[in-house]
Amino acid sequence: MGGGARPTMMRYLLRRTAILIASLAVASVLIFAVIEIVPGDPATTMLGINARPDTVAALREELGLGRSAPVRYLDWVGGMLRGDFGTSYTYRTPVAGMIADRLWVSLPLALIALALSTAIAFPAGIYAAARRGRAGDAGVTLATQAGIAVPNFWFAMILVLVFSINLGWFGAGGFPGWGAGPWPALKALVLPAVALALPQAAILTRVMRSALIETLGEDYIRTARAKGLTRGQAIRRHALRNALIPVLTILGLQFAFLLAGGIIIEQVFYLPGLGRLIFQAISARDLIVVESVVMLLVFAVILVNFLVDLAYAAVDPRLRAR
Amino acid sequence: MRGGRFIAGAVLFGLFAGLALLSFLWTPHSVEAMDIPAKLQGPSAAHWLGTDHFGRDILSMVMVGARTSIAVAIVAVGIGMGFGVPLGLAAAAYAGGWIDEIIMRGNDLAFAFPALVIAILITAVFGPSAVNAILAIGIFNIPVFARITRGGALPLWRREFILAARVAGKGRARISAEHILPNIAALLIVQGTIQFSLGILAEAALSYVGLGAQPPVPSWGRMLADAQTLVALAPHVALIPGFAIVLTVLGLNLLGDGLRDALDPRLRVVRA
Repeated sequence: MGGGARPTMMRYLLRRTAILIASLAVASVLIFAVIEIVPGDPATTMLGINARPDTVAALREELGLGRSAPVRYLDWVGGMLRGDFGTSYTYRTPVAGMIADRLWVSLPLALIALALSTAIAFPAGIYAAARRGRAGDAGVTLATQAGIAVPNFWFAMILVLVFSINLGWFGAGGFPGWGAGPWPALKALVLPAVALALPQAAILTRVMRSALIETLGEDYIRTARAKGLTRGQAIRRHALRNALIPVLTILGLQFAFLLAGGIIIEQVFYLPGLGRLIFQAISARDLIVVESVVMLLVFAVILVNFLVDLAYAAVDPRLRAR
Repeated sequence: MRGGRFIAGAVLFGLFAGLALLSFLWTPHSVEAMDIPAKLQGPSAAHWLGTDHFGRDILSMVMVGARTSIAVAIVAVGIGMGFGVPLGLAAAAYAGGWIDEIIMRGNDLAFAFPALVIAILITAVFGPSAVNAILAIGIFNIPVFARITRGGALPLWRREFILAARVAGKGRARISAEHILPNIAALLIVQGTIQFSLGILAEAALSYVGLGAQPPVPSWGRMLADAQTLVALAPHVALIPGFAIVLTVLGLNLLGDGLRDALDPRLRVVRA
């Protein structure tokens, strides 16, 4: 790479970082605003309509509701930047600690699901692209159509019916905690991860297939074939590497989706992850927890998109222009 | 093969749309009629698809549930098109200008939000209801349609017939409505079927976690939530609403694919 590439990458990095910060700022304002326009007084909402007036007044004081909205917003954002996510009203513990505990369930779940969906989608997509237009391709396409149409929480229920209730291989839900050793904890995450991974694998297979088919039409593949390479060799040595670029982008987006999508799956399997934390907080009207967890998930998604864009630009210099 | 997909999709979706329409006039039983002694029965002559834990007729609930799902998805697509298409047309008409910049940056931001999380936030704050579920799903359709409209409209602005219209003195808004829109209609219809199917999945997910349609309105997602603890006792209670969702979504996706091939094989569609 010549000397000219470096300043371009630098400029791209600065521009992209500016967009990242602006996105996070707008996102935090939006989330704060949504919580802010909760109908009625937040303290009354959290305590219920039968609460005693002095209890409500004490909570108002604790939440700092006497101060103006911009001051409270800056307080909230400033706190998060220092790692202080506020204190849960229902649990009386710092929200940051609660989130950290729950991440030990949600993060491994998302990672296992990501690994699974990649392990399914890569071979399936390559196989379909290599056998384009033939029976094998039609079979894979049909399977992905079905995979996209299946709601993951319903698939989860079927997995429980077959593998927990009928075969008894796995528990139907719950989480023993990592303290009990890695194996029981991992075992509790297998069915949830499969349920989460399947629809994602279907989407990723389609992306892999069409990206590979597109590269297979390129001139350099024809040259490679003309040199005497077989179709399989041409795919392995040339096409795959180029097809990976769009696939990696989708993969990055999927990780963010899996982290957020776990919310529903955690409900099915009673897993104590971020998703259950959100729903418990919603039913307890613990708005501080809701606000902070939502902001954290949005932050994770925006950050992953940012990292994917950077990786993408590092691999393909043409993209730094835009 | 291609025509086959379209027909298969039309038949599948038509079946559930037909059941939804029929439910306005007739259902085998009332969806509110509880019959506890007859609870959790398998399929029989009286109850073709069996009964649930309250002894309600599952076929009737699937029919009325189809109505809920389809209505929510249609309105959500309507919101997405109603706001997204004009935004996309404006962005393309003033491409490179500040309107375009604002619309596209706003779009990037909306795509960066995990839609489900925000839908949960909206329904949590404003209370769970079908209307709030529609709004939450509809809002996320806006950037999808804005982006696809802009992408379809941009190359048209460089075509000669648009140039001719501009020379004839037509304004950008009028050209967008009279010449651009009809030329991207096929694209929008195909994207519409995809958003429709995603809307049905989103409604089912929201209802499943209790943030969609509220009792006693039947919805597929809530039927599944109710069935969750009964899956060992009476698997059909959990299987049937799920199959209804899968077949409807599959039908819509096949219909979309078939339409795309019939209208224009080169159409590029966003799956977001």
